[in-house]
Amino acid sequence: MIDPREDVITERLKNVSRIIAVSSGKGGVGKSLVATTLTLELARRGYKVGLFDLDFTSPSTHLILGVKDAQPKEEKGIVPPIVNGLAYMTLVYYSGNQAAPLRGKDISNALIELLSVTQWGKLDFLIIDMPPGISDAVLDLVRLVKRIEFLIVTTSSLLAFETVKKQVSLLRDLKVPIIGIVENMKMNSAQTIERETEKIGVKFLTGIPFDSTLEEALGDVTKLCNTAIANKIIQIVEKTLLS
Amino acid sequence: MHEWALAEAVIAAAEKIAEKEKLREVKEVTIKVGELQQVEEDILRFALSQLKPSNFKNAEFRITKARTALRCRVCGNSWLFKRNNLDAATVEAIHFVPEVAHSYIKCPKCGSPDFEITEGRGVWLENIKGVR
Repeated sequence: MIDPREDVITERLKNVSRIIAVSSGKGGVGKSLVATTLTLELARRGYKVGLFDLDFTSPSTHLILGVKDAQPKEEKGIVPPIVNGLAYMTLVYYSGNQAAPLRGKDISNALIELLSVTQWGKLDFLIIDMPPGISDAVLDLVRLVKRIEFLIVTTSSLLAFETVKKQVSLLRDLKVPIIGIVENMKMNSAQTIERETEKIGVKFLTGIPFDSTLEEALGDVTKLCNTAIANKIIQIVEKTLLS
Repeated sequence: MHEWALAEAVIAAAEKIAEKEKLREVKEVTIKVGELQQVEEDILRFALSQLKPSNFKNAEFRITKARTALRCRVCGNSWLFKRNNLDAATVEAIHFVPEVAHSYIKCPKCGSPDFEITEGRGVWLENIKGVR
């Protein structure tokens, strides 16, 4: 017996110009905020963008975006609703407020299902908020989406960066392009992560200072677009993604 | 018409096999549909008829249904999925992404959501016959 779903994924994404996975070796480094802010900034500049929350067991982008009652439309598949100017897809539409306790095989199945039935249409950028680590979701996405690029987020901690090094090594083995590394929640001006990033031959994109007021911007995209994280994301957009 | 997207996947996979097997004309495609996803057979059949390429024009689509078997990873209990135990919104959510069953269904014996879908998850391409 053959699972037919994988054969249609390339077709579903054929009109998406760039597909960027925002990823990290460890959880809690702020990749959902980076992914969401990046998508919002691209939308603000007039690009057609989509945000896909692939962190099935711990989704949070719906909270960052302040999604209330949006639901996908059923039309020859699933058409993501437009939320704050971006096409937005999340498992939360279906799991609601319930926990989604998924093992690796279930994560792969849900990922393949959503990739095979979601009709993104024409997009300039599809940003994917990844779960932490280098297990099923990363491996499946690299296998199924041939044009994927990775943007990696770390904190200033060498513990987080150690996992990033492993992720970089894996992505290189898989011949996946790495856009660069973002250092998030910087508490001081130390350049340790910048130097370490250069040592492994990856572009250091920016350092985002820790912002104690960020919590107040969750669920309010206008406030979010005026935070320190948004200002730094603009640099990534201008100096790297659009240059 | 979520079934349309699944039908496109079936056709894409069947075309790939037909090409690999060098089938000039496809005569029969057998599809297995798991109960868990609650696929509407009439809609799937209609979508398949609309999507079939020229070398499938005389192909018969045989759709067989499979019951959904679940097995608890905690206590080992095995049971069959029953749609009647769920409300319409939950059935619809599982229809779109069968894995969200883990958010709504629990082992009837021990209450754990950590179970395995051993059979009857979604749509499978079971067999394809044709002439070379």
